[in-house]
Amino acid sequence: MNTFAPQAAKSFAVKPKLDPSGEELGELLEVSMGPHHPSTHGVFRMDVVLDGEKVVKLKPVFGYLHRNHEKIGENISYLASMPYTDRLDYFCSMTNNWAYALTVEKLAGLAVPERAEYIRVIMAELTRLQNHTCLIGFFVQDMGALGTPMMYAFREREKILDLFEEVSGARMMCNYMRFGGVRVDVNDEWIAKTKKVVADYSKFLDEFGTFLTENEIVLARTQFVGVLPKDLAINASITGPMLRAAGVNYDLRKVDKYGIYSRFNFQVPLGEHGDIYDRYMIRVLEMRESIKILDQALRDIPAGPVMDPKAKLRGFRPKAGEVYGRVEGPKGELGFYLISDGSPNPYRYRVRPPSFINLTILEDMCLGHNISDAVVILGSVDIVLGEVDR
Amino acid sequence: METLEQIQTRLAAAVPSAKVEILANDCAAGERSLLVDAANGFAVAKFLRDDAQLLLDYCSNVTGIDWPDKEITEKIKVKQTVDGVEKEVEEVKKTLRPGYLEVVYHLYSMTLKHGPIVLRLRTGNRADQTHLPSLTPLWRGAEFQEREVYDLYGVLFDGHPDLRRILMWDEFEGFPMRRDYLAPDDFEYEPTPHDEVLEAAKKHYPTEVKA
Repeated sequence: MNTFAPQAAKSFAVKPKLDPSGEELGELLEVSMGPHHPSTHGVFRMDVVLDGEKVVKLKPVFGYLHRNHEKIGENISYLASMPYTDRLDYFCSMTNNWAYALTVEKLAGLAVPERAEYIRVIMAELTRLQNHTCLIGFFVQDMGALGTPMMYAFREREKILDLFEEVSGARMMCNYMRFGGVRVDVNDEWIAKTKKVVADYSKFLDEFGTFLTENEIVLARTQFVGVLPKDLAINASITGPMLRAAGVNYDLRKVDKYGIYSRFNFQVPLGEHGDIYDRYMIRVLEMRESIKILDQALRDIPAGPVMDPKAKLRGFRPKAGEVYGRVEGPKGELGFYLISDGSPNPYRYRVRPPSFINLTILEDMCLGHNISDAVVILGSVDIVLGEVDR
Repeated sequence: METLEQIQTRLAAAVPSAKVEILANDCAAGERSLLVDAANGFAVAKFLRDDAQLLLDYCSNVTGIDWPDKEITEKIKVKQTVDGVEKEVEEVKKTLRPGYLEVVYHLYSMTLKHGPIVLRLRTGNRADQTHLPSLTPLWRGAEFQEREVYDLYGVLFDGHPDLRRILMWDEFEGFPMRRDYLAPDDFEYEPTPHDEVLEAAKKHYPTEVKA
C-alpha cells in the first residue's frame, strides 16, 4: 500500500436543517461553481455549501491549468525561464519579468544601468495601471453591469498594450527584461507617446470614477461585504492591494525600495474597513499614485546604456548559493526563490504567486454572505489562474 | 534586526531542547538560514513569531526542496608507507550523503518591517520518515503552500488542518517535483467503466453456443 496515498477529498455532508423543535426545514445545497463559470476568472472552481442563498462552506479548487512551471524551470537554463514567467500572470508580464530578473541579478551580482532602472519602473507602473483598470472592469461586470464598464477598461488597456507592443514586439507576452537590464532601448518618440497616454489616464480615471465611485448599486453591493480583518490579513500572508485595503501599511516599493523606487515621491493608500469597496478604492488610488511615479520617471529618465556590459547571455552560470527576491506586483508580493549549484540550470526554481496565497482566506470572507456576493468577493481578490495553477 | 548568532543564543535559552544550526550561503547577496530539528520546529517558529524583538508575523514563502542521495567525493591526504618510506598520498574518499526533503520558510515582519529570516526543516529521509510539523497553526498563509509542498514533494505535515492535494488531482500518485520522478508513459490513461461493463455483459450474453 502506498503510504503517501492522498487523502480522499473531504466531501461535504449534506445534512437536513432542523429547527429547534426538530422539524425539518430543508436541506443544505452543495453547488460546484465552476470551473467553466464566467465569473470565476478562468478555470477555477468553488465547492460551495448553501443554506438557501447563504454560503455555509466554501472550498476553492484549482489546478486545472497546472503545468508544473517550477519543474520546467529546473530543466532549462536561467534565461530560458524568462518567457515562461510571462505566462504566470499573463496580465502583468512586465512585473513578472522584473521579479525574476531582480532575483537572478541578486544571485549573480549584476548591476543594472540607470536608464534600464527607469525603463523598468515605467513598465511596471504601466502594468499596474492596466491591471487595476481591467480588474475594476471585471469586478463591476461580476456585479451585473455586463459589458460596458469592462469595454471602457479594455479600451484604456489597449493603449498601454500598444506601448508594450511597440517596444517589445508583443502585447501580453513581452519577454522584455534581461539579467542586467532590458532587451531593447526605448526611443524619444515612445516616451512622448507614453507621456500622452499617462496624461490622458487621469481623465479616464475621473470619468470611470464618476460612474462607479458613488454609484448606488456599487455602494450597496460592496460596502461591509467580504470584510477582511487586519490581523487575519497579516497572518494569512495576504499581500498587495488586499492587504492595504485592510489597513496594513506594507508596500514593497517602500519597504524594500528595490530598483530606484526610493527616488520617487508617492504615497501608499490605505483602507479602513477591509471590505470590497475599500479594495476597489485602493486600486483607484494606487493608479493615481502610479501616474505620479510615471510622470516623475518619464521626466527624469537619463540617457545611457540599457544593459550591464558584464551580463552574459550565453554560458550564464551563477555561483552556487540561494536567493529570494521579491517585487510589489499589481496583485501582491511576487517572489522568486532560486538555488544555484553552479550549473547552467537552477537547482530549485520557485515562484511565490501572490494570487494563489491571497485565495487562502476566500472562505473566511464569503461565509454568511449570499452566493452572489461570493462572486464579487472573488472578483475583488484579483486572481489570475495562470499564476494560481502554475 | 538581530544577527542570526544573537537569535541562536536567545533560542538556546527560550527553547533549550532545540538544535539550531546556522547554514552558510555561498551567494553574497542571499541570506543565511536557520536549520532547526523537526521535533522542535514548531516551538522555534512560535518563538520567532511571538518574540517582541523579532515579531515575524508574516510568513511570505514556503517551499520544498528535494535532496536525493548523493555521493560526495573529497580528496584527502593520507600518510602511507610505500616501499618503507612514509609519503603523503592523495586519496579520493567517497561518502554517501543520505537524501532528505527540506522545507524552507521565509519569514518577515510586517509590523517592524524587517526580514527575512530563513527557517529550514528537514525530514529524516525521502521514503518513510517524511513527517514535519505544520506551521499553519502559527501562520494561516502557510496553509495552501504546505498543501502544495505535500502535493509536489510528499512531505506530510502533522497538524495541518486540511492536508490534501492542491494542484494535482486527488487520484494522482507520486510526487512530481522530486528529482527522480518519472512521468508514466500512459499519462492519458484513465480507467473507464467500459471494461467492467463489457465483463458484465459477457455473463448476460454467452458467446459460446451450447451443443
